[in-house]
Amino acid sequence: MTSQTEMKNSPMKEKSAEMDREYTGSEILLRCLVAEGVDRVFGYPGGAVLPIYDSLYDGHVKHLLARHEQGAIHAADGYARATGKPGVVIATSGPGATNLVTGIATAMMDSIPLVCITGNVAQNLLGTDAFQEADITGITMPITKHNYLVRDVNELPRIIKEAFTIAAGGRPGPVLIDIPKDVSNAKASFYYPETVHIRGFQPTTEPHPLQIKKLHQAIAGAKKPVIIAGGGVISSGATEELVRFAEGSMIPVTTTLMGIGGFSGVHSLFLGMPGMHGTYAANHCLLGCDLLIGVGNRFDDRVTMGRIDKFAPNAKIVHIDIDPAEIGKNVDTYIPIVGDIKNVLTAANEGLPSADSSAWLQQIEQWKEKYPLQYKQDDDTLKPQWVISHLHETTHGEAIVTTDVGQHQMWVAQYYRFVHPRSLLSSGGLGTMGFGFPAAVGAQLAYPDRTVIAVTGDGGFQMTAQELAVIALEKIPVKVAVINNRNLGMVRQWQELFHGQRYSEVDIGGSPDFVKLAEAYGVKGWRAHNPEEAKQVWQEALRHPGPAVVDFWVTPHENVYPMVAAGTSLEEMIMGDED
Amino acid sequence: MKHILSVLVNDQPRVLARVSSLLGQRNFNIESISVGGSEEPGLSRMVIVTYADDRTMEQVSKQLHKLIDVIKIQDLAFDESVVRELLLVKVGANSSNRAEINSIVEPFRASIVDVGANSMMVQATGDRAKLDSLLELLRPYGIKEVARTGVTALPRSSARSKAMV
Repeated sequence: MTSQTEMKNSPMKEKSAEMDREYTGSEILLRCLVAEGVDRVFGYPGGAVLPIYDSLYDGHVKHLLARHEQGAIHAADGYARATGKPGVVIATSGPGATNLVTGIATAMMDSIPLVCITGNVAQNLLGTDAFQEADITGITMPITKHNYLVRDVNELPRIIKEAFTIAAGGRPGPVLIDIPKDVSNAKASFYYPETVHIRGFQPTTEPHPLQIKKLHQAIAGAKKPVIIAGGGVISSGATEELVRFAEGSMIPVTTTLMGIGGFSGVHSLFLGMPGMHGTYAANHCLLGCDLLIGVGNRFDDRVTMGRIDKFAPNAKIVHIDIDPAEIGKNVDTYIPIVGDIKNVLTAANEGLPSADSSAWLQQIEQWKEKYPLQYKQDDDTLKPQWVISHLHETTHGEAIVTTDVGQHQMWVAQYYRFVHPRSLLSSGGLGTMGFGFPAAVGAQLAYPDRTVIAVTGDGGFQMTAQELAVIALEKIPVKVAVINNRNLGMVRQWQELFHGQRYSEVDIGGSPDFVKLAEAYGVKGWRAHNPEEAKQVWQEALRHPGPAVVDFWVTPHENVYPMVAAGTSLEEMIMGDED
Repeated sequence: MKHILSVLVNDQPRVLARVSSLLGQRNFNIESISVGGSEEPGLSRMVIVTYADDRTMEQVSKQLHKLIDVIKIQDLAFDESVVRELLLVKVGANSSNRAEINSIVEPFRASIVDVGANSMMVQATGDRAKLDSLLELLRPYGIKEVARTGVTALPRSSARSKAMV
């Protein structure tokens, strides 16, 4: 008991009194959460977490009761994406825990810090196929950064400290803590460590100066350079450093889906998104560049199309990332730089040379002018691209926008010109339908005064629509914009283009009336069939102080363009239906 | 190319599952894995034998490093390491050929560790090739059961084994 002797000399007598008192595991858990600065958790109760919910009853930590554990974890994820702080979710054993799995995998793929707390059956029952028992640490091993099964209440504070350290540190990600019921009921004294040393978790955050020198040399010698910025820019909080880096070196920037908002969508050096539904300018920069600087991105197959042989064929590739395992994973790297993006760019901005890129930038301007994003608009029908542009105009790019996955997600990425980091919250890696709406709930709780729009499809909305009950009850003013095309649009698009128009199981016309569905929950609903109606009802929805659902009845067979088919080179862009 | 990875890991429940799950998830092949104690209390040493090109080995090592329970990874060079495996084999034997079997076993510096009416058990240590050839020589007598530990290894004091990042 070394800490006891320390406490005797401490001026804070109460603290030693606190140390003498014993707390249950669940009380300790909540005290740890408070010590971590957690003011809000998301969850759903059940048998194995009864002690934890009993401790929550005292109200030191606010809890949002979801209607499904998946809703809870996506909300925690949306909270984490919007704030940068770890999101915390609580679920019971067995089905409660397994309902978290999609949300954990979603956070893992997008490097989002989450601390997931699950109850489990008491240790004497572990391994006996007890009621509501599931091996959640085994199940989540490949989709968590790390997980813990707490076997002794005395280990709980250290484990929680480690979990927060690991979730938020280095490349962020989800950590799960499984607490058997006897542990949350057991008593121990409480001491929360200020810091914790984890021998197997020592991320490299400072770049090697020699690599920065090499980067400078490469930039000075480049005529056709391009930066591809990913989600790492956002999680590292390096937006300003990136702007300074790009402006100082005169290098244009393309942002991956996860990087959107990490560089302003209205900056003259901005190229748009690259890859499968990328802009002509962004993709032709990748094809023609002589220097490609990857910043917190991971060269995934929606960007490279899985054709490494044809990806940036003439470029020296620089790859900056905090996770050394990303470097060299998908593409060969000429200059690897391991470190926190903010630190790396800060170091790179010292003595940063300018590239000889004026001819290249002129060429890019021509591409942007000649091949802008486009769609055919008419006054009678409602085009999904128009709806997204309208959402942008009416919110001046200042809203937090969450999406589901598919066509509407790509249109948001293309037509909502994000100017701030942490404003597009989208499941980029796992591609989780049903993510957007609950994520918006979490984001709105983090920022009660900002406009938060959940752009969703008629397919994805139905995967987590039950959370309407939560926004109604808690008066959470999320605006749900349903881009309703009566189809599973992206799958339909692939079937049209690559499966000879054999439309297999993509017609979901039997969906409920979303206006009535919203109203059944006590949420105000509107519908629009053409641009005039859309303008009017969207204004009403924005002005409405509470939650709102707007059902945008868009043309059913619109496709997302440009498009590059998987497995082909970025050169082979399909620009539109007429091509 | 064949590689031996020597991995120091926390002696925690499920650490073997974490490592083997990761190798499977990332589509890496494993020839053998062995786990046991190490020089430091609280840490175990895992020895993993795998076939992979250099690029894949770099990925294996980097991905393993991301596991919180992995402390240190070394890629051991075959020719600069002592690489050993333990073999137990129960071979058919009777009073007429016991001596003959013994004469096969001796040059391998293997030993007879159990004798029954119709069989005897041979214990041998060495590298994989040596144990394979011993098994081949014993095959004509009838091999009843075989157990092998998988490879374990340490670098020789002269070796320059590289610690992998």
